[in-house]
Parts: sequence; structure tokens; C-alpha cells
Amino acid sequence: MNSIAEIQDEIVSEFEILGDDKESTIYFIMELGSGMESYPEAARVEENIIKGCQSKVWLIAEEQEGKVHYMADSNTDITKGLISLLLRVLNDRTPEEILDAKLDFVERIGMGSIIGSQRSNGFAAMMKQIKLFALAIQSNQNV
Amino acid sequence: MSFDIEKIRSLFPVLHQEVHGNPLIYFDNAATTQKPQAVLDALTTYYNHDNSNIHRGAHALADRATRYFEETRETLKDFINSKEAAEIIFTKGTTESINLVAATFGRKFIGKGDEIIISTLEHHSNIVPWQMLCEEKEAVLKIIPITESGEIIYEEFEKLLSSNTKFVSIVHASNALGTINPVQKIINAAHAVGAKVLLDGAQSTSHLEIDVQKLDCDFLAFSAHKLYGPTGLGVLYGKREILESMPPFQGGGEMIKEVSFEKTTYNEIPFKFEAGTPNIADVIAFKSALDFINLLGKKDIKAHEDELLAYANERMSEIKGFIPVGTAPEKVSVLSFNINEMHPYDVGMMLDANGIAVRTGHHCTQPLMKRLGLEGTVRASFAVYNSKSEIDKLADGVSRIARIKNK
Repeated sequence: MNSIAEIQDEIVSEFEILGDDKESTIYFIMELGSGMESYPEAARVEENIIKGCQSKVWLIAEEQEGKVHYMADSNTDITKGLISLLLRVLNDRTPEEILDAKLDFVERIGMGSIIGSQRSNGFAAMMKQIKLFALAIQSNQNV
Repeated sequence: MSFDIEKIRSLFPVLHQEVHGNPLIYFDNAATTQKPQAVLDALTTYYNHDNSNIHRGAHALADRATRYFEETRETLKDFINSKEAAEIIFTKGTTESINLVAATFGRKFIGKGDEIIISTLEHHSNIVPWQMLCEEKEAVLKIIPITESGEIIYEEFEKLLSSNTKFVSIVHASNALGTINPVQKIINAAHAVGAKVLLDGAQSTSHLEIDVQKLDCDFLAFSAHKLYGPTGLGVLYGKREILESMPPFQGGGEMIKEVSFEKTTYNEIPFKFEAGTPNIADVIAFKSALDFINLLGKKDIKAHEDELLAYANERMSEIKGFIPVGTAPEKVSVLSFNINEMHPYDVGMMLDANGIAVRTGHHCTQPLMKRLGLEGTVRASFAVYNSKSEIDKLADGVSRIARIKNK
């Protein structure tokens, strides 16, 4: 698996190709979500919804061979695309890697201006929840 | 008559800009309208020349500011045809106007077991103040149901009316769907059982002729910023005898006649309800917005907007996957819709990428959305400066977006 830094570089270069064309960028983000692992229906419940997002985002995580495996979904395609970017960078890594990850791709692709300030808050809430899961799994491992 | 749209547009500086490389198309007018240059000029003129506190200053600036401030009240009197200017109270907005009535009239005259009627179409600002009042007073909130097309079921309203009904608070035109309610019938029927009626005019006052004497409504609430005026300013109209019977809303300066530590007596209306230094600059500038509307004439404004709405319906109906929401025959210029298999947020963002500003979500009407079984809608709302060519661009944009999921 490529490193966190390498995957972020990949994402940045993909967005660079799209340039300033906002419609294509959003379309691209929407498309990204459709490639995600399908989310288990049983986990589509209120307690798995991330607080602070305008649209609904479900996120769950479990430990698989010492690594954190996330699954997520959203009722909006753009948000689903955004989570898929985060999971592309952080999924199936050790809790330490996830907690230490510096997610600079968000700023490098100009996420704030793509999705606007209201959605940026939701995006920050997603990142926080991803790290919280990693922290919880890490504390379990250390018991 | 048809307007010279280019001339009207030239009066609105904000419209002349690009968004994401496209000319701005502003279709979020039900949220707030843009402001003509005259309103912006009135604001700067006030601060540059007349800034002063009103009603008590013994100097030229205070005198001017007071005169201009009261001129807006006079203009509003004519705008809604109230009997007198004293029946016009300035507030922060529609929300505060409704809260004022709930907190004063409601506290004094609504008691245990009394009933208040609202409708399924209400904005949260015409739901929550009444819920709070009902909770405090052990009164009962009754809701008029609606049809699938987004119209209240009048017969059901009549069934809710009884001698227990003390108040009816109803939206004149729905912000989410545009439906115009049969308010004259509602007011007459409510009065027949002795209930008072408040009209939420936030969405109607910019489109429809309003005559409070003819309507005979007891209260009317609306906001300046949806009438091409400044933000943070609203109006509450109330009939004199009712306003006089109500206790003050807030205590402070301006609203008193005489203050001593033993007893304070209150000022006459409207000042009784305008505690503290009011929003002087915005009140003064609001007159320029009203002058603008009066110059064009509500009748012609409505005709222009009706034409836009009809054209939008026609163009959008051609799009595969287009689902209109709210199809009442009588509507203000609001087009609420969804695209099959797509979330309104996604549609809204794609439109924004094309420079088209619309509203997406529940539009502060969650009970209405729940009734319609929707999470939200995309809402395009038209104003006097919008044109058919802009609607063509909306239809082209929506059509392209709809094809993502509706091939």
C-alpha cells in the first residue's frame, strides 16, 4: 500500500487536472463516492450518524488485524465522494498512522473553496470522527 | 406590461458579478432579495449626513433623522393601508414580530385549554413561538392539514374552529412551496368565533397587494430584507385597540412615558413596543425600497413574476427526472422541486458551480417536509430583476444535472 503522503499526492494531481472548472470538480467528487464499498444496511442507524454535517453521514469502524477498517455512506453524492477521499487516504492503516496523519491534501486541493464554508465544517467533523475511532481502537489494543 | 429588465437590473450592483466563471443568476429571492442602489445610497447618506439618535435630540441632525425615520412609517402605512402610522411597529424581522405577539398578546390573553391554530405550511418562526406559549399556558396547538399539492384543506380548518379558538396564526404565502393561502376566508371564519388572526406576510408582501383594513387581519408580520430593503429590520402591524390592550414586549428607553422607582407608565403605541434605540439607518433606507416597489407597482411586479414562474414550470417540466413540489394553482414566484434519485444539496451545489444561486434543504419547514415525505427540496424563487433567459440557463443546468441519474 502506498504511504499516506503518496496517496495525498495522487489526489492532488487528480484535482490539478480538473483545474478551475468547478462543475467538473463536483461531478468528479460525486463519481468518487459511487466506487465505495457498500455500507451495511443494519448499520444505517441514528447512532452512527456524524453530528455536525448538513447532510447525513454514517460512519463505522472495526479492527481488522491490528488495522482500522472504516465503512461510510451518505445520503448526498457529494458528501459521499468527500468521505471516500478521506477513506482512500486513511482506511486499513494502524491507529497510530491514522492519528499521526497530516492531511494536507484538503488544503492543497482547495477543498474550502470547492465545498464552501458550511460543508467544510461537516468535513472537519468527519475527520474528527475518523480519528476518534482510531483512538478508541488504539486504547483497546493497549489494554 | 413588461418591464425593461436591463434597466431594472442596472439598479442592483450586486447582480453584476461572476460566480465560478459564470454570470451570477440569483434565484434565492425568497430567502432575501438584493438591494437597489437607492437603498445603499440612503444608508450611506444617513451615516454621512444625518446620523443621530431620534425622537429626543434637540438639534438639527436629530430632527432630520427623526423626520426620515417617521416618513418610513408613513410610507408603510400606505403600503399596507393601515388606518394610521401608529399601528406600524419596527422589529428585527418577521420572527421577532411573531414572537412579540406571542409574548405579549399571548401571555395576557391565552390561557389554559385555549386553542391556537396554525397550518402545516408554516415556517419554524410561526410554529415555535406558539409551541413555547402553549407549553407555558397549557394551551393547545392545532394544525391545519394540507393536500399533496401543498394547499391547506379549508374544510379541516373549519372543523378545528370552535369557541376555544383564541388565535389563528397563518402564513399568507408559503416560503417553501409558494402556495398562497385563502387568507380572507380564514380571517372571516376565525373572527366569527372570536379569534384573532396574525398573517405571516414574509413571503407575500413583496408580491401581493396588501390591504390590512380590507383583509381585517389583527396582525401582519413581515421583513424589510425580502422587500428589497436592508436586513435586520421587520414590521409588525397591529390594530390600535389590540396593540393598546397588550403589555409591552421589552422594557427600556423610548417605550416609557414616565419612570420612577415606584411605578413606570408606558408610552403610546407604536413607541410602547420599540424599546431602546431602533435600527434607524435601516428604517430610513427601507423607504427607498418601498418607493422602488411602489414605482414599479405590485400589480406589474406580480404579473412579471407570474410569467417567470409559468415559463420556469414549462421549461423544467421537459426535464426527465424533474419532480415539482407544491403545485397549488395560486402561488407566489417559488419553484420548489427535486430531481429523481438526487439529493437537493447535490443539485444545489452543481447549480452553484454554474453561477446559479438557489436554496436547498428543508427551508425551515421541517413539519411540512415530513408531511410531504421529503428530506428537502431545491427552491428557485424569482424577483423583479429576473429574466426568462436566466430561467433558460437554470433549465439547461438542471437538465444536465438530472442526466447524471436519469439517463
